[in-house]
Amino acid sequence: MNKLPGLRFTKPGFLTLLQDGGRQGVMHMGLAAGGAMDRHAWAWANHLLGNRYGAAGLEITFGGIEFVCDLDTQIALTGAEARLTVNGEPRPLWATVTVRAGDTIALSPPTSGVRNYLAVLGGFVADAGPGDSCATIVREGTGGLHRNGQAVAQNDVMPCRPGLRFVPNRKIPDVWIPDYRADLYLQVIPCAQIDRFGAEALNTFFSNPYTLTPQADRMGARLRGPALNVSGKSLLSEGTSLGAIQVPTDGQPIILLNDRQTIGGYPKLGAVTPRSLDALAQRTPGSRLHFQPVPLHAAQLQERHFLMFFRASTTDLPNRRYL
Amino acid sequence: MQWHYQVTGLDTITLHFGDRIDVAVTASVRQAAAALSMRLGDRLIDTVPSYTTLMLRYDLLADDLASLIHDVNIILSELPERSHTTNDAEIIDIPVYYHPSVGPDLEVIAARASLTIEQVIQRHSSQLYHVFAIGFAPGFAYLGEVPHELATPRLATPRAKVPAGSLGIADRQTAIYPLTSPGGWNLIGRTPLTLFDPGRPSPSLLEAGQGVRFRAIDLAEYLALGGQTE
Repeated sequence: MNKLPGLRFTKPGFLTLLQDGGRQGVMHMGLAAGGAMDRHAWAWANHLLGNRYGAAGLEITFGGIEFVCDLDTQIALTGAEARLTVNGEPRPLWATVTVRAGDTIALSPPTSGVRNYLAVLGGFVADAGPGDSCATIVREGTGGLHRNGQAVAQNDVMPCRPGLRFVPNRKIPDVWIPDYRADLYLQVIPCAQIDRFGAEALNTFFSNPYTLTPQADRMGARLRGPALNVSGKSLLSEGTSLGAIQVPTDGQPIILLNDRQTIGGYPKLGAVTPRSLDALAQRTPGSRLHFQPVPLHAAQLQERHFLMFFRASTTDLPNRRYL
Repeated sequence: MQWHYQVTGLDTITLHFGDRIDVAVTASVRQAAAALSMRLGDRLIDTVPSYTTLMLRYDLLADDLASLIHDVNIILSELPERSHTTNDAEIIDIPVYYHPSVGPDLEVIAARASLTIEQVIQRHSSQLYHVFAIGFAPGFAYLGEVPHELATPRLATPRAKVPAGSLGIADRQTAIYPLTSPGGWNLIGRTPLTLFDPGRPSPSLLEAGQGVRFRAIDLAEYLALGGQTE
């Protein structure tokens, strides 16, 4: 295969990771699932460009990136509120942006939100690693462009497919662009070891705000608030699910996220829904979080709607072919 | 096979086969995992076995909880009531160079147990271990159980860097670090084998439910098998 043209990074930013929909079928080996933290912004970026659900994009944490294009293509940037420029001229987020070979594209640090998602026409080209995914897991040293878990570094070229037919210019209706400053209400499926928490602890959890601490990364988010009492003996480690709210002996909850360890032994009172985690991924430390119980069937219905919208509408577009 | 399940997430359930560390329970978990993976195929996205549990992640667009539980029930009811323990085919032989140069905690463990280093090595390597769980890091296998006299609590201060292949003890469990990483287990030796390699068809050498035997080797064999002493 000839070397593909791509986006050459002159400033890689604080943490820029190649991410897709995450790994499947590898947790039994101790490999984390990974994948985009805010699927809402990531899926819209790909959707704008007619890319299939699951296409690889870049997750940019705290902005501050700059790259030069090797080819004529279209890109879309979504997520955190930040200033996007092409050769110094402002361009909108949440919209398709046409770029030409030689153009310099820059994204400022965010003024609201945490993560931006950069998609390119046809998706970035990267070899699939474990679990049929190119998700980058820094802690494991797996995945990503070089398949060694490294974040995008200076002078990395993120390979793109040249010669694809452009999609019509379009932008996302404002109604689908979230406000990352608003107080966040996270939906929780009560489950797992909830019976180890007394009525008082559950009442405390669901009626008080918790604060997101700076100990929040792709593995988990530590919260601070009224302590929760847990009863019973310690658990034997068991598989961990996305969004699980585990409560260690200090009573301060931790929400397990995409790069979580695959097994764990702390009691869990429930799981935050994936749609709520999408919103959580854009909250800065110090944000106030409220928890609301949601029945399993309602949470599943909501997730199915999300998946069906993005998966059903972006497969096999008739214009997705080489010219 | 006795089991019950808990809903543990939006698209996960966790099956429980017992409530304490027990080789027979681990064997049930392994047997259930194999049967469910084979019979349910693509309906399961992930199966995560651990000490007494098996977590299943299912495809929300292909399944609903009620039909999944219905089918899990049928599949598990067809399995024998008492599962057999690990058979010979599932015992993995792992060569280990037990030596203070690569196992800096050997002397402490020997002193605690009032044994010689040779006796520690003999007792550690004569036990048949079982993989109770894989986790913490890719390919990291929790093996049990270590003979009572060798049980040693984790280091108060973990080491910043434990070389890949290091064999350690924490309480009555023993494990090999697949990758160089920080770690707090008491180190007693090192294997030249690669425990985890994402380039292999099955990246992890060990799987939950397998048996493991350690074979003491000398420096010459360790080096011949590709072992490193640094």
